[in-house]
Amino acid sequence: MSFNMLRLLRRPQSSAPVARERLQILLAHERGTSRGQPDLLSLLREEIVAVVAKHMTVDPDKVQIRMDRGKTVSTLEVDIEVPNAFDRAMAAAG
Amino acid sequence: MAKVLVVTSGKGGVGKTTSTAALGAALAQQGEKVCVVDFDVGLRNLDLVMGAERRVVFDLINVVQGVAKLQQALIRDKRLENLWLLPASQTRDKDALTNEGVGRIIAELRSKFDWVICDSPAGIERGATLAMRYADEAVIVTNPEVSSVRDSDRIIGMLDSKTVKAEKGEQVTKHILVTRYDAGRAARGEMLSIDDVLEILATPLLGIIPESEDVLKASNVGSPVTVNNIASAPARAYTDAALRLMGEDIEMVIPTDRRPILQRLFGRRAA
Repeated sequence: MSFNMLRLLRRPQSSAPVARERLQILLAHERGTSRGQPDLLSLLREEIVAVVAKHMTVDPDKVQIRMDRGKTVSTLEVDIEVPNAFDRAMAAAG
Repeated sequence: MAKVLVVTSGKGGVGKTTSTAALGAALAQQGEKVCVVDFDVGLRNLDLVMGAERRVVFDLINVVQGVAKLQQALIRDKRLENLWLLPASQTRDKDALTNEGVGRIIAELRSKFDWVICDSPAGIERGATLAMRYADEAVIVTNPEVSSVRDSDRIIGMLDSKTVKAEKGEQVTKHILVTRYDAGRAARGEMLSIDDVLEILATPLLGIIPESEDVLKASNVGSPVTVNNIASAPARAYTDAALRLMGEDIEMVIPTDRRPILQRLFGRRAA
């Protein structure tokens, strides 16, 4: 009860700083792409998948790509499901 | 020397048409000869906001295609004799506008007016790129809200690359006009502040239009807010912005409505 009363009295969390930070991160990335250079992360994604596809059959539906754009560091996670036929091909070659 | 000004934003519903009408009327009130041009082909609304919807005979596309002369399509404002409107077509789609055709009309308008104000459609498609193509200056209408700021940033990039000025290695002079601003909410940290918006967009400020009931009242009756109630807070803010466009050095203030203290205390807490 007293906890709820306190919450009512407390100043609401301000949301504008969150908006400001989100915009700054987003626009830092979007500006890089709108000035004529290709988007580096999507280029990497395409080339990585192409390299893998050169050596084995890749089902485009089984490729998971996640991107996390941070203020200083961005991560690119590429998860490619490899069909089991690949193991047999490796075994045959070895 | 005529100036071509585009009023643009990327995002819809932020106040481009309202601002075009208000700035156009405010410049005309200062004695400038002004033509406002609606580029929103298929969804024209500048005629309605300016109260000229029943006087449209010919439109921009008729002039581009040579069906009508510019003189026949221009509509003179009934209240301000220095203010003219070139309406958009309501039926034809925007592919009917050509680069050369628009260039020809803008050149002709330049020879007749002090200001040619192009009301851009929302989006980044052909209508929006043509509206900005021949601009000397741009007013980027921005609400203090994340999606509007993002789209403004995108439009700034286009102004720097897809205009005739940019292609010649020159710069379109860009101004941010913040609309629907609520100083109280910004002070409480519930809304991006003017400083936030300007820092993110890195573009100079032309004016701050406070959120106000007077804007809807004016469009209800088909009159630019600077004509309908010149003493209202948004009208004073638009007039200041127009004077800055004319090169005057006006102190940046956010006008407020002078309402009785009791009404201010108990009036509209929910809004």
